[in-house]
Amino acid sequence: MFLEFEKISRSFGGVNALSEVSFGVQAKTIHGLIGPNGSGKTTLMNVVSGLTGPDAGRLLLDGRPIHRLRPHRIAALGVARTFQNIRLFPKMTCMENVIAGQHLMGGRALFPRLFRLPSARAEERQSVANAMACLAKAGIEGRARALACSLSYGERRRLEIARAMALKPRILLLDEPIAGMRLREIEEMETLFRSLVESGVTILLIEHNMPFVMRLCQRITVLHFGQTVTTGAPEEVAEHPEVIEAYLGMKSEC
Amino acid sequence: MSEFFAVYGSLINFVGINALLALSLYVPLSAGQLSLGNAAFAAIGAYGSAILTMRFNVPFPLAIAAGACLSAAVAMAIGTPVLRIRGIFLAMATLAFGEVVRIVAVNLAITGGAEGLIGIPNKTTALIIYGTVAATAYFLAVLGGSRIGWSFASVREDETAAMVMGINTTRYKNGSFVLGAFIAGIAGALYAHLNFIITPGEFGFSAEVQLLIYNIVGGTRSVLGPILGAFIITVLPEVLRGVGVTAGPLRMGVNGVILLLVILYLPNGLSSLFGQKR
Repeated sequence: MFLEFEKISRSFGGVNALSEVSFGVQAKTIHGLIGPNGSGKTTLMNVVSGLTGPDAGRLLLDGRPIHRLRPHRIAALGVARTFQNIRLFPKMTCMENVIAGQHLMGGRALFPRLFRLPSARAEERQSVANAMACLAKAGIEGRARALACSLSYGERRRLEIARAMALKPRILLLDEPIAGMRLREIEEMETLFRSLVESGVTILLIEHNMPFVMRLCQRITVLHFGQTVTTGAPEEVAEHPEVIEAYLGMKSEC
Repeated sequence: MSEFFAVYGSLINFVGINALLALSLYVPLSAGQLSLGNAAFAAIGAYGSAILTMRFNVPFPLAIAAGACLSAAVAMAIGTPVLRIRGIFLAMATLAFGEVVRIVAVNLAITGGAEGLIGIPNKTTALIIYGTVAATAYFLAVLGGSRIGWSFASVREDETAAMVMGINTTRYKNGSFVLGAFIAGIAGALYAHLNFIITPGEFGFSAEVQLLIYNIVGGTRSVLGPILGAFIITVLPEVLRGVGVTAGPLRMGVNGVILLLVILYLPNGLSSLFGQKR
């Protein structure tokens, strides 16, 4: 398993947000994480990226324990993410957002720039070209010079994905990546995610759009009240009685 | 020309020193850290370098470097605990640090107590001041486009997002704080060797706020902002004197009105009038 959760628990005050969550994410697959609101999906994602430390349990990335590392160390191991409530750099342009996201790629060193060495210009060109490529992949190269705070909701989500891709991640954590997107945009994202997986990236995604999750994910894990209900292929999960009761059943009644 | 310099020489020098002080605060501000301790760091540089030149006959350039390094070392020591707090609380903590520095300066024998140090050799020239301002401005402008500058900007815009992109936010926040203290230390050393006398009171609360006003009036979107702000606020009283407004309180009032107008109508500072630089 590329990413392995071993009995991860986390409580906030008296609330057990996660209790003994265990499952694995296979390399180069799209793994879905579903469950009703408040079931602990985002908390689990925060644990992976190091923003929330688990109270108990272990988290292994490629066999290496990462649950005690600080967020920037985890990012350096190739873990990138987006946020449910979108965290962009609002007063920077799209291009600048992605350039800021290249931090771990090296480049833009201070001293060559101070003395205007040729390597500084080469690094600058490379950095801009890479940023443009990330924007193009996410389909917002046309808005490269627009301020992030001027983007539409769907464009913001795309920019956040572009910025996460600037890190050249091995695993991408997407927290509701298509929320608020139009049908055509959703199709474009689907193509993007599939091509990322083909190029060797693993994706763990939280999403409430069930048809999207069902056709995109190879495996799905269902959380309910901070516990894993089941992990399996989409069709197995869809027929799991507890899942239907806990999540799908409830949703169809609404 | 020489007549002009004879009349306005000290004003020209103070514009440069204030510009340097404004730039020293610009660095932590560019990383989103509201520090009000930079006048205290200038005091450390001023006292440190003046004691070295007066008592130990240390060459002037070496004394400047030592003062700036002392200031940076103090910033490094207090940075880690202090920068764990954010926003207005950080401002309060750094302000308290400034008071501590002032009180230490008042009570130590080596700093000359409340009367301060008198008879500091006059070694700072306009050339040295403006050379330092130009070098600092160039350095900070280049820094802004480097990986370090982008990390500062990322921390300022959204610290959590910066973290998950692999930026060691603690390190960059400390770095901005220490670099700011270093520049403030240089400015303090130049000030001490320009002025013959330094007293603890000069580096108190009103000086701290003054530095912030330079940055607000000029804007912090580029290095030109703080320099412009320092220039306008420093020159303004002389211009007002020229048109016949000499009373102190009225001058402060004019300063206040300018600050208010800038905040209301040019939230990115006066430098935003001259093209947008990110």
